[in-house]
Amino acid sequence: MSAVEGMDNAHVDAHEHHHESQNFWQKYIFCEDHKIIAKQYLITGIVWAVIGISMSIIFRIQLGMPDSNLSWLKPVLGGWISDTGKLDPNFYLALVTMHGTIMVFFVLTAGLSGTFSNFLIPLQIGARDMASGFMNMLSYWFFFLASILMFGSLFLQNGPAAGGWVIYPPLSALPQAHPGSGMGMTLWLSSMAFFIVSQLLGGINYITSIINLRTRGMSFDRLPLTIWSFLITAVLGLISFPVLLSSVLLLIMDRHFGTSFYLSDIYINGEALPNVGGSPILFQHLFWFLGHPEVYIVLLPGLGITSEIIATNSRKPIFGYRAMIASMLGIAFLAFIVWAHHMFVTGMNPFLGSVFMFLTLIIAVPSAVKGFNYITTLWKGNIVFTPGMLFSIGLVSLFVSGGLTGIILGNSALDIQLHDTYFVVAHFHLVMGAASAFGLFAGVYHWFPKMFGRMMNPTLGQIHFWFTFVGIYLVFIPMHYVGIAGFPRRYYQFTSYDFTNKFMDMNMFISIAAIFSFLAQFIFLWNFFYSIFKGKRAPMNPWRSNTLEWTTPVEPVHGNWVGEIPAVYRWSYDYSKPGAKEDFIPQNIPYSQTLESNFPHENELIATEKEIEAQNFNDQFNSH
Amino acid sequence: MYYIIALVALVFVVLTGVVISRLQDVIKSVKKEESADAVPSGNKVNGALFIVVLVLGGIAIAWSYMHSREFFLPEASSVHGRRTDDLFWFSMGVLTIPFILVNFLIFFFSWKYQYKKDHRASFYPDNHKLELIWTIIPAIVMALLVFTGWKAWSDITSEAPSDAEVIEITGKQFNWIVRYGGVNDNKLGNYNYKLIDAQNEVGIDLSDENSFDDFQNPTEMHIPVNRPVLLKIRARDVLHSVFIPHMRVKMDAVPGMPTKFWFVADKTTAQMQAETGDPNFKYEIACTEICGQGHFSMKINLVVDDEESYKKWCAEQQTFLQTYPEYLAKVPDNLKAKAMKGLPETTVAPADSSATASVAGVSTGTSIR
Repeated sequence: MSAVEGMDNAHVDAHEHHHESQNFWQKYIFCEDHKIIAKQYLITGIVWAVIGISMSIIFRIQLGMPDSNLSWLKPVLGGWISDTGKLDPNFYLALVTMHGTIMVFFVLTAGLSGTFSNFLIPLQIGARDMASGFMNMLSYWFFFLASILMFGSLFLQNGPAAGGWVIYPPLSALPQAHPGSGMGMTLWLSSMAFFIVSQLLGGINYITSIINLRTRGMSFDRLPLTIWSFLITAVLGLISFPVLLSSVLLLIMDRHFGTSFYLSDIYINGEALPNVGGSPILFQHLFWFLGHPEVYIVLLPGLGITSEIIATNSRKPIFGYRAMIASMLGIAFLAFIVWAHHMFVTGMNPFLGSVFMFLTLIIAVPSAVKGFNYITTLWKGNIVFTPGMLFSIGLVSLFVSGGLTGIILGNSALDIQLHDTYFVVAHFHLVMGAASAFGLFAGVYHWFPKMFGRMMNPTLGQIHFWFTFVGIYLVFIPMHYVGIAGFPRRYYQFTSYDFTNKFMDMNMFISIAAIFSFLAQFIFLWNFFYSIFKGKRAPMNPWRSNTLEWTTPVEPVHGNWVGEIPAVYRWSYDYSKPGAKEDFIPQNIPYSQTLESNFPHENELIATEKEIEAQNFNDQFNSH
Repeated sequence: MYYIIALVALVFVVLTGVVISRLQDVIKSVKKEESADAVPSGNKVNGALFIVVLVLGGIAIAWSYMHSREFFLPEASSVHGRRTDDLFWFSMGVLTIPFILVNFLIFFFSWKYQYKKDHRASFYPDNHKLELIWTIIPAIVMALLVFTGWKAWSDITSEAPSDAEVIEITGKQFNWIVRYGGVNDNKLGNYNYKLIDAQNEVGIDLSDENSFDDFQNPTEMHIPVNRPVLLKIRARDVLHSVFIPHMRVKMDAVPGMPTKFWFVADKTTAQMQAETGDPNFKYEIACTEICGQGHFSMKINLVVDDEESYKKWCAEQQTFLQTYPEYLAKVPDNLKAKAMKGLPETTVAPADSSATASVAGVSTGTSIR
């Protein structure tokens, strides 16, 4: 984090402050400014991503090159590598578990939502800051605390949690069942409890800010789709995370206080446990009631970011703005009533399976609408391949390719064979893992100039895109084949069975492609950190975009706008409007100034401009 | 396989070449005067790369699929398995159309509509008819897939036929134990997890007369061909999941909540050995729910016999009581005579009736160990 701090020291100081100057701790550590908090989230997320992806490389080496000697990892992993250079099977499970936990929660939830909701909501709705800067700060520091606990668990004697990222009890409830279910699981559960607190504090703040702090004229139908997606994401999180908290608390009770919520009829290590009457399936229901919306918590911000970037760089309005919002709302609603499609073969009543199959497959419809709308936005555009744009196009491709196999898995009859095989792994890595990560990359490339006042190197960005894009497909398309061949997930090695003791070359290929994609990320890391300090100075509106954040100074000051907050008169997608001089008209330009390009109904809106201008209800700086 | 690696290597080499040439462009462009911000460096190259990746990607996917087919599981050996397989490949076929179509459009439009100087994008914010079309068509296709899937699902998960062979399979860290109802009554006896000990691994309750002829096997499961088999699935410690890949069977084993799955295997092991040309072919049962360190090797072999050899195999198995006659002590007095029927004379002698009498007590169950 010191990197950002140092950088910010350098040039934020150059700006004038209309507030009394703050000391270093107030400004960069316990900061209540949404922009700094966003950067804190981003840097923490990047650090976690490096850790999380490195873990996947280690287990990919184990799976793809099972005979390789891993002694070179001894300096890092110590006793987890045996004297013969083999990975410990327990630690393999820990790696798989931590990779999932870290990537889903710490990178793609906190790193993506935390960064861009915090950064963009005030800037794009025209607010000085979040509704509660203090809560926002708490949100980050709870996340930081969660991070410390999770990171600390990596260094335990018995290793971190290792029951899969879904931590199904009884495995996760019984320390005697697995070494990772001891202290590692305790820390995992505590970490997640703090993480959920962080998400709720953040989410409440996002929702409140979006509803209450929109600037003059920024009605809901003029909000950029990014903001819509953040709003919907925050609502999803607010409803579903408490359920995860309750399931975590019940699990803690089972582990430490002798309750039997999830435990029944267990005989382990020569001992029959007294617990009866509990149900492991209950945990699965509670977990997936969060777990499924979580998929969309991860994905929707990516889709929002993509909508904005694709429109900007196609120089076209997003196609079907209202349909895009409607489909996001539809997806969000359906997200809550499909959770049991993760549980078709858990022994759940088959009738429920039919219901959940039906509901699950409905999700394909709003998703299809989104896909087609993106494509139509590209059609007859004037496309500029900024790195952000490339990653957005990549996202659409990954979202569609990965989403289609979801239609197979959502079909309970087909899920019998494919459940918990690599087909599932391939599916969700494409549709939620890679697609959301592409959303994160797209957002970083696109808003880097606003964050740091400098440009990232576009060519390196483009190279990074192509390597990553090709690499992701090279990893996950073949993984579908491995899944169709019946290979189960979370296997330390494939030599125990005749039906998996084959296809070695394909697993090796996947591992090589994964390593290649991993290495390509260093291009990004270098570009990112180098550009923070040495990047080209950014112009005010480098992508010629319509949204409000580009009307702030190159590096927004505390309070974002010097002087009054701009008023908003139009939606954010007036690109290439017929008759207009430029191919973009920012949101703060009134219709009275663009008579040449107005549509008839827009001319009527000119009458309302005075009224909009006269409003002043949310400027936190003017109110006192 | 080496072809794939070579192909990929080629792609990487090409990309690296592109990268280097691009880098040179960058160095040049630094020297050139800065053009307008909207015109990015390398727009043409990136546009072209979309077409290159589209074509190469299409070839690579088609080729890799052809290559991979030989490693897929052989045709299902169960009746419902062939049905779900057909459904799977039918769905895959249907979904390949949008996969190709959408990716083609994304890549092609990106290339076709790349930035051109003095060109302006068309202002095209919505079209209700179009949106209606791509709401309704996916909805219809979904309805079709849902319906076929739902039919298959409800048949597969329906109640097992009454003549089904009932076999119990219990998962524990880290192996499976199968138990049969026995040749005399062919009914599984009751169980209780508190009766589990080192010998009585699944907690057979010997106060139930149905359990007297039960036999179990920790290494091999035999099932008859062409007859419904109902698996009663249990777990002893943590979650496990019964996965019989060749039968397309999968069902979790949950402690405290027995589950079940029924299916009809219609190819014997011998037939499969002939069909695959592999004299060592074996059906296998794996675990697909993470259960701890030995998760990856929690295996038991499955043998599909013709009716005759199945009967013969069952008859050859030693019942639990034959293997561990000391458990006779747990049989209630009034049933002892029945329990002793199949046992050799010598072991029957010490009918110790002192402590264990009527109820096979919970505490004694655990203390025997």
